[in-house]
Amino acid sequence: MAKKTYTNEEIQRTANKIRKQVLKFAIERGGCYITQTNSSAEILATLYLDVMNLGDSLGDPDGIPFPGVPGPDNMDFPRGSLYNGPTQAPYDRFFLSPAHYACTLYCTLFAVGRVSETGIERFNKDGWIFEQIGAEHSPGFETTAGSLAQTISVACGHAHARKLKGEEGTIWCFMSDGELEEGQLWEAIQAAAFYKLDNFVLVCDINGQQIEGPTKEIMNTQPLYDRFTAFGAKTVEIDGHDIQAIKDACRTAHPGQPLVVLCNTKPTHGMPFLDHRTERLHFVNVKTPEQIAEAKAFYDSME
Amino acid sequence: MIMETNVYSKSITAWGAEHPETVVLSADLGTSCEIMEFKKNYPDRYFSLGIAEQNMIGWAAGLAREGFLPYLHSFGVFLYRRVLDQVEMSVAYGNLPVGLVGFVPGLTTPGGVSHQSTNDIGTLRSVPNMRIYSIADATDIEGFLPMAYEAGGPFYVRMFRKSVPRLFPANEPIQFNHARIAAEGSDVALFTENIATEEGLKAVKVLQNHGVSVQMLSVSTLKPFTDPQVVDALKKAKYGAVTYENHNIIGGLGTCVAEVMAENGIGKPLIKVGVDDLYTHGASKMFLLKKYNVDAMSCIKAVEKLIGKDLGIEESEIEAVRFEDFNGVA
Ligand SMILES: Cc1ncc(C[n+]2csc(CCOP(=O)(O)OP(=O)(O)O)c2C)c(N)n1
Ligand SMILES: [Mg+2]
Repeated sequence: MAKKTYTNEEIQRTANKIRKQVLKFAIERGGCYITQTNSSAEILATLYLDVMNLGDSLGDPDGIPFPGVPGPDNMDFPRGSLYNGPTQAPYDRFFLSPAHYACTLYCTLFAVGRVSETGIERFNKDGWIFEQIGAEHSPGFETTAGSLAQTISVACGHAHARKLKGEEGTIWCFMSDGELEEGQLWEAIQAAAFYKLDNFVLVCDINGQQIEGPTKEIMNTQPLYDRFTAFGAKTVEIDGHDIQAIKDACRTAHPGQPLVVLCNTKPTHGMPFLDHRTERLHFVNVKTPEQIAEAKAFYDSME
Repeated sequence: MIMETNVYSKSITAWGAEHPETVVLSADLGTSCEIMEFKKNYPDRYFSLGIAEQNMIGWAAGLAREGFLPYLHSFGVFLYRRVLDQVEMSVAYGNLPVGLVGFVPGLTTPGGVSHQSTNDIGTLRSVPNMRIYSIADATDIEGFLPMAYEAGGPFYVRMFRKSVPRLFPANEPIQFNHARIAAEGSDVALFTENIATEEGLKAVKVLQNHGVSVQMLSVSTLKPFTDPQVVDALKKAKYGAVTYENHNIIGGLGTCVAEVMAENGIGKPLIKVGVDDLYTHGASKMFLLKKYNVDAMSCIKAVEKLIGKDLGIEESEIEAVRFEDFNGVA
C-alpha cells in the first residue's frame, strides 16, 4: 500500500492536536510537561506523518497494564516500539531519548491515530504503561531512557548493526538540548562519524531551556552547528516550527556521515498565554485559579 | 505527626554560613534538591555543572584537593550509577571530603527505574573509604551535615526534600554509626532505614497492640556498620530479626545485618523486607510500596512469619495509627 502523504496544513493540525491534548492534561491534573510539547509538536508530527518510514502500529491502541520488567521469565512482553510498527528493515526506527517528553510522545501517537482516546486517558495512571518518564514498555519508546543522553549510543548500535547486516532503513534519534551537555552524546557522535553511519539521523529540539533555567546560563553548549560539524556530522540548523523546513532538513543528503538536524524552537510556541510566565517552565504548573482560568480560556479557543 | 518543610534547605544554608569553604555543585536539579536558598545567599559558592554528572564528580575532587568542601546535589541515582568509576577513582580512592547528597531515594520517585536508587547502598558499600548514610526524618537532616563533617571522608546520603516527618525529638541529633532505638522489645529485632523507619513505626505500633514486643532500630549509618547496639538487639531478640529497607534486599541494610549475625555467630532467622532483587517501574509511592511488598503490612507479615503466628491484622489498623508527637522511646 502506498504511504499516505500529508500536506503541511494537515501536519500543522496534528501538531495543534498534540498541544491541545497536553494542555487538557495540565488543566485536569495541575500541570504537565507543556513546554516540551510546544517546542517539539511540529518536529514529532512531521517525523511521524512525513519523514519516517514506519509501518502501521502493532500496539494495543488502548494501552495495557504494565507488563513487567525484562528478565529470564519475561522477555516476550509487548514492547513500546510496537506502536511505531515493525522494527525490521526496511522500516525506519525511532528512538526518543529525553524520557520526560513521554507525554508529548504519547499525545503524538494519539494525534496520529496510534493510541486511542481510552489509551491516552491512561497517561500517568498507576499500573499502566503510559508512565510520566517512559521506559521500553511505554508506547513509542525503544529504550529505558530516563537517564539522559544514553539512548543515542543504543540507537547508533542499531544503525551500526543494520550496516553490518546490509539492511536498509534509517535510525532516527530525538534529543533535547539539555541532554547535549552529557559527554556521552559527543562520544556517540564521534563514533557515528568514525563508522560513517549515514543511516543515522539525530534530531535535536533546541528549546533553550532546562530545569534550572535557560540553557546558556546553566551550561552553554553553543555553537552547536560548529561543534557537531567539527565532530564529523553533516549538520543543518532550522526553525523547528517550520514544517517544510523540517521535511527538507531531514532529507539532506549525508553520504558517509551521520546527519544532525538542529531545530531551534520556543517553549511557549502555540501557547502565547504562557509568554508572561517568568518562572522556570520545565514543568508548567496549572494550579492557581488564575493559571487555571488562563489555561482553560486558551484551551477553549483551540480548534 | 508533625511535617516539616525546607529542612535540608535551611541546613545547607546555615552550614554555608559557618563554613566558608563549602561549595554547592548542581547538575541541573538544583531546583529539585533544596539548594536554591543556598544559591540566593551564596551565589559565588553555587556552581552549575550542567547535565554532566561524571565531570561534576571529578571537578569536585579537584576542588576538594584545593581545600574546598564540595557538596554535590542531584537525584541519588545520578550520583552513583553512571558516575561510579569517577566516584571510585577520583573521589573515594583519595578519601576526599566530597559529599554526594542524593534525593528521592529508592521508591520515593514516580520516575521509574532510571530515577529509583534501589541499589545505591549495595553498590557503594563495596567502595572503600565511602561513608553511607540514610535519613529517616527531619531531626536526622538537621544534624546530618555536622555529623558527616566530623566523620570525614567522602559520603553518600539518601536525603529527603519537601514535606518531611518529624519522628524523633529535635534535641536528639543523628549520631555517627549509632542507630536510634525507636522501640524497646524482646520478641523481634527490627532494623529500618529511610522511609521504612516511618512505615516501621506504624507496623510496630500495630504489633504492640497485638502483644508482640519489638526492638526497633532506625539505622542512619550504613557504612561503617559496626554499631554495638545491633549485636545487642540481635542477641536480645527471642525469635530473630527483620530488616526493612527502601532498597534491594541484596546489598543493603538486610545484608549489613546478615553479615553481623554471621560474624557474631548469632544463629537466628532473619527476614529481609525490601525490593526483591527486581528493577522497578514508575508509579505513585504508596502504589509502589504495596506492589513491591515494601509497605508497613509487608513488615508486619515478616514479623508474623518470624514468630509463627497469624495475627489477622487488617490494613485499617495500620491506617488508624496516628503518631502523637514523638516523645523519645515509645
Ligand atoms: C543523567 C540525568 N541527569 C539528570 C536528569 C534529570 N533531568 C530530567 S529532565 C532534565 C533537563 C533536561 O534538559 P531539557 O530536556 O533540555 O529540558 P526541557 O527543555 O525539557 O526543559 C534533567 C536534568 C536525568 N533525567 N538524567
Ligand atoms: Mg531544553
